[in-house]
Amino acid sequence: MTALGSAKTVKTTCPYCGVGCGVLATPQADGSVAIAGDPDHPANFGRLCSKGSALGETLSLEGRLLHPEIGNRRAGWDEALDLVATRFREAIERYGPDSVAIYGSGQLLTEDYYVANKLMKGFVGSANIDTNSRLCMASSVAGHKRAFGSDTVPGNYEDLELADLVVLVGSNLAWCHPVLHQRLAAAKAERPDMRVVLIDPRRSSTADIADLHLPLRSDGDSALFVGLLGHLAHLGHVDADFVAQHTSDAESALLLAEDWPLDRVAEATGAATADIATFYDWFAKTERTVTVYSQGVNQSASGTDKVNAIINCHLLTGRIGRKGMGPFSVTGQPNAMGGREVGGLANMLAAHMDFTPEAIERVGRFWQAPNVATKPGLKAVDLFAAMARGEIKAVWIMATNPVDSMPDADAVRAALEACPFVVVSDMNAKTDTGHYAHVRLPAAGWGEKEGSVTNSERRISRQRPFLALPGEARPDWWIISEVARRLGHSKAFPYRTPGDIFAEHVALSSFENDGTRDFDLAGLSGADYAAIQPTQWPVRTKPSARMFGDGRFFTPDQKARFVPVVPPPPIRPAPGSFVLNTGRVRDHWHTMTRTGKAARLSAHYAEPFLEIHPADAERLNIRRATLVRVSNARASVTLRAVVTDRQPQGQVFAPMHWTDQFASNGRIDSLVAAKTDPVSGQPALKMARVHVEPAGARLFGFFVVAQSPALTSDYWAVAPINGGTRGELAWFNEPEDWIAWLKANFHLPANARIKTFSDDRVGRRNFAVLEDGRLILALYTSPDPVIVSRQWATTLLTKTNLSASVVLAGRPGADMPDPGATVCSCFSVGINTITAAIAKDGCDTVEAIGQCTKAGTNCGSCRPEIRRILAATMASLSQTRS
Amino acid sequence: MSGRQKLVVVGAGMASGRALEHLFAEAPGRYDVTLFGAEPRGNYNRLMLSPVLAGEKSFEDIITHSAAWYASHGVTTHFGEHVTAIDRHRKVVISRSGETPYDTLVVATGSAPFVLPIAGKDLPGVLAFRDFDDVQKMIAAAAMPGSRAVVIGGGLLGLEAAAALRLRGMGVTVLHAADHLMNRQLDPVAGAMLQKAFEDRGIEVLCKAQTQAIIGHERAEAVVLEDGRICQADIVVMAVGIRPETRLATDAGIHVERGIVVDDQMRTSDPHILALGECVEHDGICYGLVAPLYDMAAVLAKTLADQPAAFRPLPTATQLKVTGISVFSAGDLETRDGQEDIVLRDEEDGIYKRLILRDDRIVGTVLYGETTDGPWFFDLLRESAATSDMRGTLIFGAAFQGSAPIDPYGGRCSVAG
Ligand SMILES: Cc1cc2nc3c(=O)[nH]c(=O)nc-3n(C[C@H](O)[C@H](O)[C@H](O)COP(=O)(O)OP(=O)(O)OC[C@H]3O[C@@H](n4cnc5c(N)ncnc54)[C@H](O)[C@@H]3O)c2cc1C
Ligand code: SF4
Repeated sequence: MTALGSAKTVKTTCPYCGVGCGVLATPQADGSVAIAGDPDHPANFGRLCSKGSALGETLSLEGRLLHPEIGNRRAGWDEALDLVATRFREAIERYGPDSVAIYGSGQLLTEDYYVANKLMKGFVGSANIDTNSRLCMASSVAGHKRAFGSDTVPGNYEDLELADLVVLVGSNLAWCHPVLHQRLAAAKAERPDMRVVLIDPRRSSTADIADLHLPLRSDGDSALFVGLLGHLAHLGHVDADFVAQHTSDAESALLLAEDWPLDRVAEATGAATADIATFYDWFAKTERTVTVYSQGVNQSASGTDKVNAIINCHLLTGRIGRKGMGPFSVTGQPNAMGGREVGGLANMLAAHMDFTPEAIERVGRFWQAPNVATKPGLKAVDLFAAMARGEIKAVWIMATNPVDSMPDADAVRAALEACPFVVVSDMNAKTDTGHYAHVRLPAAGWGEKEGSVTNSERRISRQRPFLALPGEARPDWWIISEVARRLGHSKAFPYRTPGDIFAEHVALSSFENDGTRDFDLAGLSGADYAAIQPTQWPVRTKPSARMFGDGRFFTPDQKARFVPVVPPPPIRPAPGSFVLNTGRVRDHWHTMTRTGKAARLSAHYAEPFLEIHPADAERLNIRRATLVRVSNARASVTLRAVVTDRQPQGQVFAPMHWTDQFASNGRIDSLVAAKTDPVSGQPALKMARVHVEPAGARLFGFFVVAQSPALTSDYWAVAPINGGTRGELAWFNEPEDWIAWLKANFHLPANARIKTFSDDRVGRRNFAVLEDGRLILALYTSPDPVIVSRQWATTLLTKTNLSASVVLAGRPGADMPDPGATVCSCFSVGINTITAAIAKDGCDTVEAIGQCTKAGTNCGSCRPEIRRILAATMASLSQTRS
Repeated sequence: MSGRQKLVVVGAGMASGRALEHLFAEAPGRYDVTLFGAEPRGNYNRLMLSPVLAGEKSFEDIITHSAAWYASHGVTTHFGEHVTAIDRHRKVVISRSGETPYDTLVVATGSAPFVLPIAGKDLPGVLAFRDFDDVQKMIAAAAMPGSRAVVIGGGLLGLEAAAALRLRGMGVTVLHAADHLMNRQLDPVAGAMLQKAFEDRGIEVLCKAQTQAIIGHERAEAVVLEDGRICQADIVVMAVGIRPETRLATDAGIHVERGIVVDDQMRTSDPHILALGECVEHDGICYGLVAPLYDMAAVLAKTLADQPAAFRPLPTATQLKVTGISVFSAGDLETRDGQEDIVLRDEEDGIYKRLILRDDRIVGTVLYGETTDGPWFFDLLRESAATSDMRGTLIFGAAFQGSAPIDPYGGRCSVAG
């Protein structure tokens, strides 16, 4: 990476979660980049979480794709772009526009998204553009639209600080939106009366700030909130005026809710009646209540209903659009919101307009596009299913890794394998998805590209570059525009800068809007793109901190809708199987393509794991830190067992991050069925039925190595550390020839001198290779999980003057006093030990010294020297005493 | 004449020297001591002949008892004087200066180098390595430029001689009958490393080498092996073992088997005669290392002082005294059922460590290259200490015990706890 221009601080935003923190990036003289929170950014006011703080460590060019590739050969841009255009054109001509698709990402910038959406929907003439936001936000979008007539997040982050009750539903805020969590925790510390309720099957880290944790069965949320609605109505906690004037359909929702008294809710959700009652009571009595919800709500087969069950309660109490209250969906991705704004999902058209005849006509006019798509396209799960059936002839995947992140991930892999033409735009040369690409295009990454993003509180911020484009990498908007030109649409894609695109985006948002659409950026038209400050939309004339405070919604009658919700039966563990819940860890992002580069971020969790309750583990004879096989008819993965009572019995949890690049077999979404929410099409990623059993590993290993390895063990997981790679290994059968195995797996030269420790009875073997006191390789193996301090071992590669014993022992030696130069070689007794015996233990004869230290008691040849030391020490002692 | 009892000591070696020290501490003034030594010098530290031969120490450095010491303890010394017979009946010993009467006699005649019964063994230039005279002869031979030595025997003694002669500039070949060097103390791996270290110093080592004869006209010129190979030699050093020096006792009719038979109090079959050192046999065993002899010395002094004491043999440990090469071995190195090895192998740094355990207790150890922990292992061995708690770090030595806490879990998943 090369800094852009002279080193100065650039204001940008974090590319990870939907909090969208402001970041100050300052390239340093040594080529590194100093990262700090932007104190002026309203999302974080200077804070950053571990992921954001480590951004500077993810910028190396190692593993980057730096030039286009066709097949496995390097190609020029022209050749690659021509090929992409040709194959897309051929498919469209032969099989129609719906035979091609774009699968994008909430990691794309708004400008990239806009151009991609415009190309597909306006010029290819198909709405087959969906993104990984489908996996993240679709149910919130659908729930918002059903209730509000628009996809609008009513509140903002400040509301969490102003609330007296914050209800966190299906949100591990502490790990997934850490800075927002910090803001909440700080507010709670300041106002201890403030209450936090956590609703989550797991006792996640977020439970630390919760006054009450309701461990529901998976998908028990609807029952809980339907019950709450009934409770509120029953006890009269209703804002009757608001309901009457600004909502409709309350009756039908309430009618259904009557069927859910407390004991039925308790029975269905598995939570304690008293706890539910407490929650209901708090909710009923606390005007300033914010209900935050995230993937636990969205990634469900009933996600949209859950969203509406929550919104219903806020509508009934009129707690929306005012300070410190409202339903609040926090997005997973940095620009899921931006994607929704441009319409970059298959069931939207553009700029918060749907496929209505008027909107199609309006957008067509605006784009001067003759061929605007007239109906929704294929949503993510349907898209890959169609691909598997051979209906998609060409697909272009940008900035996402569906082979790992989609449900039924092995089927996605098979679909890609079967697809005649796959283009992947990515920063990285090697990804599990890129493996199946016919053409790989090098995309510019964070810090290199510029554009804008929108965070979870509708705040548009600029991402600004501070690094030069590396190699031949290009921004996505440029790549897409180049293909559009080659498809014959040069006039519609004349962009020279992202600012050009943003201006068009602004113009479309306000085009014939007149307050009919929530998304309107009129106030930004003509703005100096370079200087745009973090701004909350809508911004007709000025930014809007909150929405719906005036009781006006975007439905035809401007009234919000209650949505009657019939809670689905919550998911109960079936005998012999577990309910698998999936999620994130604090320090990794998505499929680890960036966070997986930072040693600091890989230290928290360095391998894929399964959390399981101690009673379940005991029943299945799963010892802690051993490996488990988690399987069902779809797939089987191997994970490290973390035995913990954070996890309820009958349920297990595994993180979604690990790919084939980091672990032998940890792609957790391969276990998840491609079941979707009927309204939003969002897959139920948080639910799979699985079997869990000991993996049967006979031998475990742990290593640190300077060079990146090529592992062939039955199980492996790798993570970066300073100076190299660390890894966990396991074998079902011990390698027959260890030395050969080591040489092959760790690229050791044929004449490598391998130091070994072996204890045959225990079955433990340790290996070390050093060069001039620096570690090249340390491998520890044992029939039990290896007990070597990872914390300590991962520092070895940066140490000098290492002793082979320390490495082989797998721990530092105790701090032994320096014995000094050897006097008695039979017993290795040093001069310091002898003088200490004289001075401290009062030994005053050679014999006494011998008894005390053994010195001189074997061959006796050192006795004259001991006698001299004795005399000298006694003399100096008497001197100091007199 | 004083009323003191007359104690005569035959042999001024390491065992008798130490015994006298103990005696003067336990029962000062009780005996008039007369000390005979065949060597023309007083007690010195025989172990240290190797560094003297190597030129690392002078003879003065290794003298353990000075003329002043003998004088201050009233010891009458007859150095350079062989005791030729014991007349038990009359309780006198006979030597060049006549008869010396004793009330109590101590025989401490050590051992004599074993000489292979092969042709040419008596040729001039065929030497042993036992006393300072041998050392002087070797030093003289080494002083001739381009001279060559063949050392027969790749045990402790032979290797120390070989290394020392090489340091003095001689071309040296070691002929060893067994498969690997120091086969009584080392296992094959350590033996091979040791061989490599010797070869790195320019010493030729031939294992499985059966010596057939020493040939030469006036003096030794070459050694002939059974397979016909011939090794040129200006001197031949025989270091194939020792045999207890028992002739005096045998002639006097004292009970002798391989060595002079002593009981736990160091008494021979004659109640007025005690014996200790390499010349004795206790409980069927003859000793060739100094540590048990020192224990005998302590016991013998108590017996002389009429105090109860009993000799108990303990396991022994060996080190090779060649500067720059560390070898330590102790205990039982045989491969047996129920025996478990913990091995550390680091050829790059020339380190090999092997612990042999049975029932979690160390029964033997071989350390090569890094021997600092030898005494610690040896302690554990002698104490028969249970080592299961420190098994994982045992071989890394005392410095690793009780060191850094370790992850309770195997995987990194411990952090999640
Ligand atoms: C070069 C060398 C290196 C060694 N290194 C080690 C080592 O590292 N570790 C270890 O434990 N052991 C070592 N040993 C062995 C150790 O030195 C002997 O075990 C020890 O010296 C034996 O003691 P001793 O008193 O029994 O016999 P000696 O020390 O041999 O003393 C016997 C003395 O008696 C004299 N003598 C014999 N017969 C008569 C007689 N009839 N009249 C008068 N005097 C007589 C002899 O000349 C001799 O001086 C080494 C030996 C040698 C030669
Ligand atoms: S990951 Fe989220 S909370 Fe953390 S710094 Fe980035 S935007 Fe902020």
